[in-house]
Amino acid sequence: MSDLERVVVLAGGLSNERQVSLRSGTRVSAALRAAGVEVAVWDVDASLIDELAADPPQVVFPLLHGVAGEDGTVKEVLELLGVPYVGAAPGACRTAFDKAVAKEVLSRAGVATPASVTLPKAAFHDLGATAVMARVVERLGLPLFVKPRAGGSAFGVTRVERAEELPGALMTCFGHHDEALVERAVAGTEIAVAVADLGEGPRALPTVEIAADGVYDYAARYTAGAVRFHIPARVPAAVAEEAARVAVRAHQALGLRHLSRTDAIVDAAGGVWVLETNVAPGLTETSTFPLAVEAAGLDFGLFCRELAASAVPSALGAPGAR
Amino acid sequence: MAIGDRHETDLDPWRGHYAERAAGMVASEVRALFAVASRPEIVSLAGGMPHVDGLPLETLGELMAELTRERGGTALQYGSAQGDPGLRESVCGVMSLEGIDAHPDDVVVTVGSQQALDLVARVFLDPGDTVVTEGPTYVTALGVFAACQARVAQVAMDEEGVDPGALAETFGRLAAEGRPAKLFYTVPTFQNPAGVTLSAERRAAVSEVCRRAGVLVIEDNPYGLLHYDRGEPMRALRADDPTGVVYLGSFSKTLAPGLRVGWALAPGPVRDKLVLAAESAMLSHSVFSQLVVDRYLRTQPWAEQLKEFRELYRERRDAMLRSLEAHMPRGVRWTSPGGGFFVWASLPEGLDSKALLPRAVGARVAYVPGTGFYADGGGRSHMRLSFCYPPIERIEEGVQRLASVIGEELTLRDTLGLAPGAER
Repeated sequence: MSDLERVVVLAGGLSNERQVSLRSGTRVSAALRAAGVEVAVWDVDASLIDELAADPPQVVFPLLHGVAGEDGTVKEVLELLGVPYVGAAPGACRTAFDKAVAKEVLSRAGVATPASVTLPKAAFHDLGATAVMARVVERLGLPLFVKPRAGGSAFGVTRVERAEELPGALMTCFGHHDEALVERAVAGTEIAVAVADLGEGPRALPTVEIAADGVYDYAARYTAGAVRFHIPARVPAAVAEEAARVAVRAHQALGLRHLSRTDAIVDAAGGVWVLETNVAPGLTETSTFPLAVEAAGLDFGLFCRELAASAVPSALGAPGAR
Repeated sequence: MAIGDRHETDLDPWRGHYAERAAGMVASEVRALFAVASRPEIVSLAGGMPHVDGLPLETLGELMAELTRERGGTALQYGSAQGDPGLRESVCGVMSLEGIDAHPDDVVVTVGSQQALDLVARVFLDPGDTVVTEGPTYVTALGVFAACQARVAQVAMDEEGVDPGALAETFGRLAAEGRPAKLFYTVPTFQNPAGVTLSAERRAAVSEVCRRAGVLVIEDNPYGLLHYDRGEPMRALRADDPTGVVYLGSFSKTLAPGLRVGWALAPGPVRDKLVLAAESAMLSHSVFSQLVVDRYLRTQPWAEQLKEFRELYRERRDAMLRSLEAHMPRGVRWTSPGGGFFVWASLPEGLDSKALLPRAVGARVAYVPGTGFYADGGGRSHMRLSFCYPPIERIEEGVQRLASVIGEELTLRDTLGLAPGAER
């Protein structure tokens, strides 16, 4: 793998998760450099295509979160330019980034996800908001989570305890996306399962339990010290194994590549409920994916180098390569 | 760590070591959105950045080179914590434009007026002490008071600034509650963020209310010389009250924020404490920056330059007010500042400026939600719009984008039954 010469890390972009992306970019580029790889960090703007065409890197490591970065758009551009990259292909990105579609794919693959409905803003207007909201509460019960149909970092996500909080939560959600995914809140232990594929097929890394003091919101996610992580999660071994199995199945069902992170809740009966599978998991200093990598006994820099190397065409023949 | 070891972490080995005052220092969604707002694709009506490109940069370059050649030995050496005596003299000349008769000995040069405020807070505030401010007030002043673990009580303003009667009432209530106010922090002229100015009629009354209550006034005046509708600057509170006011001034808006030169003018005993506090905070500030400012004031036609800035900002303000008038949906209101950098807009009931920000950023326009300017999380129905930085056509474009986002939000509000009086 030491033939890896130069990696371009893409970080920034114009989504609301720009700052998170920049943090992921900083962390990964430092780790790659420590592992002896030459790294350039590029932002995503109108000059990107020209730059990539003028000086095509051996491999691109996209660390973009949110719209354009995570929904497959940038990958589509990389495909057009014939530049190899780390992570899932555009089609799989589109599926995974859309929480509503991804939930259907996961359900069909036998992965349990909490009951939900997805409603565009227009539905409330056309069908009468009061009636729609009443049905939603009746069908899903309380508490609920209202989430933008796409997006990460808990932006626009609100936990709703009482029916009268639903309109405000929808307002917040629609600030981020024109469609809301309203999901039954499952009580239990919050876990994240990182899945990595370095060419030998996807495997789950140790489960990370997120013991947030309250909701695992933006401040909790990106303030070191705000959340306690237990690795592996404090769940029975059989449950941890099931969670690992579910995460790998989700990774495969969504057609993902190289890396993913499945967020789930383990309920009191030991059932694993998948909330979502992230196609571009955060790799910041406070993200769970790097914690899982280290808990697996791997050096994060070497891990990133192997990921990047496995995306290079010279590694053709390896299952994870294109 | 071997595989399979149970392990727990909160990713910060020093978590238990932080001072209580660091408790509020956490990541924020609004700040994350500003990371996007700083991109050129977005019209930022958020930051209060002055138009430094309008400065005579060539001349400033020559002046700096000259300074290094002629006085490098002084400019690059440590200086006194009180600041360069020549600059302090020049500062008195600047303050005289606002009616202040000051002696250079009473001036303490600081790293922007922000540091002056920080030093004042350190010198006066114990945890639990109470500061009274205008509501809304300058966001970073709230940060300084929070770092001192002070409590903040805010007094509402109208078009003429803070109402002396309401201020007296607040002082009285706080005293009765056993937590009398120690300081009254005010930006009386072209207030940040509200853009309003304490009227001449109210100035004497406010000073009198503070004097009676035994409350020290902190007059923060970075925008006083940037007046667009009057022939001369407003008379400072300090001009008529040399013992009851600590005046904070700055060259950040009139010259360049990158130089980081501000000052405090304080009564003798306070000044002595500020100098000692400055010494322990940073030993001495940049002598180079101070000498650049002093030389600029002494050798360049800075009053003319200021006039040019006033004209430029006046045009930008007018463009913003015109655009607001032309495009904003009914029910949106805003202030008409006579100077400074900011317009304060109020949204119709049921709209939340913080929840609206991601949608606005998505539409490529940014502003500062009102919540940052209140200590108690109020201000959700307000936003600060700055007109100082973008050129006129960008201001117009930005206001149009914002108006259309607010329009959509109003429709959504009505749809979801969040309009005032709607049955839910």
